[in-house]
Amino acid sequence: MSIPNMLLGLLEREPSHGYELKREYDTYFGRGRPLPFGQVYSTLARLARDELVTPGEVEPGEGPDRKRYRITTAGKEELEGWLATPVEPEPHLQTVLFAKVVLSLMLGRPAERYLGAQRAAHLQRMRELTELRRGARVVDGLLADHAMFHLEADLRWIDLTETRLAQLAEVVAR
Amino acid sequence: MTAGVPSPAPVPGDGVVEARQVVRSFGTTPALRGADLRVGKGEIVAVMGPSGSGKSTLLHCLAGIFKPDRGEVWFEGRRLDQMSEDARSRLRRTAFGFVFQFGQLVPELTSADNVALPLLLNKVGRKKAYKEAGVWLARLGLGDKGGRRSGELSGGEAQRVALARALVIGPRVIFADEPTGSLDSFTGEAVMDLLVDNARAEGTTVVLVTHDARVAAFADREVMVRDGVVTDYQQVGASRSW
Repeated sequence: MSIPNMLLGLLEREPSHGYELKREYDTYFGRGRPLPFGQVYSTLARLARDELVTPGEVEPGEGPDRKRYRITTAGKEELEGWLATPVEPEPHLQTVLFAKVVLSLMLGRPAERYLGAQRAAHLQRMRELTELRRGARVVDGLLADHAMFHLEADLRWIDLTETRLAQLAEVVAR
Repeated sequence: MTAGVPSPAPVPGDGVVEARQVVRSFGTTPALRGADLRVGKGEIVAVMGPSGSGKSTLLHCLAGIFKPDRGEVWFEGRRLDQMSEDARSRLRRTAFGFVFQFGQLVPELTSADNVALPLLLNKVGRKKAYKEAGVWLARLGLGDKGGRRSGELSGGEAQRVALARALVIGPRVIFADEPTGSLDSFTGEAVMDLLVDNARAEGTTVVLVTHDARVAAFADREVMVRDGVVTDYQQVGASRSW
């Protein structure tokens, strides 16, 4: 998971306080594993250090978190690069794929193209494994098959998600 | 491409087969809505897409089986879509090999008859045709099955006979439409191994329609057909223009 990039995505949607970011994160990506407050603030501090976000002035009021964070131009470029780059095809990456799709839809970016690029990356990996498997020893062949089945499962999810993008877009829209 | 504006002829060495803005409907139902695809010499390209996306129609247009309603189909620098039915039929007999999912072997004939048939139709002498058929059956591991009829063959064997029949004429392009669709995955992969090995050995171009990622993984690259339009996501991803 790339929590810094996901927070950048939520901040591109709109400048937010740390607690708002945590709430949004937990709603869309937490799935029973809420993001600890400490991690939100430490991540925001690192993003600010790297000039990917800027903290606003401390706002008057109660509570510990009274700074509204805003994504910078460099932050937007970082986010764009992350969203546009297919994830390294490997088993168990569904959560990252899902986060990218949701953020793309939230930000009005072309989620279908992202999924298409991801499909191409997956198929490229399957091609490499197919080549490796041809003429391989049985052990190597079976290991390659194991990886192929996981990639196939991802591909089926990509296909399914593509057919549900409009529905998902409605859910994540404001 | 703007309708009505003549296209430049493909540069020599460009695509062996090419569709340019191909539109094809069946009645009022559009199957292709401006499909573009260029396949280079010796290239193996998988055409993927969901059911009803137009991928098989695209293959049939590229092979000159269907005439497009609009757009252009090129084969080795010539406009296939402007050829007469006779000329297209001759090309299909002499330059193209076909492997489909079902029902391609003539059931009354033996494997050797089926493989020799395209050569006989091309006026090759009977002795030579059967000799060639024997060579290809042996090459595909069916040297002892020449006398069997298709009903006496397993699904995988029948598909290998179909492959031998496609390869026997020395085609410049093989058009394969779901060639493993009726086979279990193990047998299907063995057929794909043979298809790819022989196509590479002969420098044959392959257009492979499949919905199966494991089959597509045998190709050099894949394109997606959606709603009658071709998208090459490898290029889209590489350009990162989005």
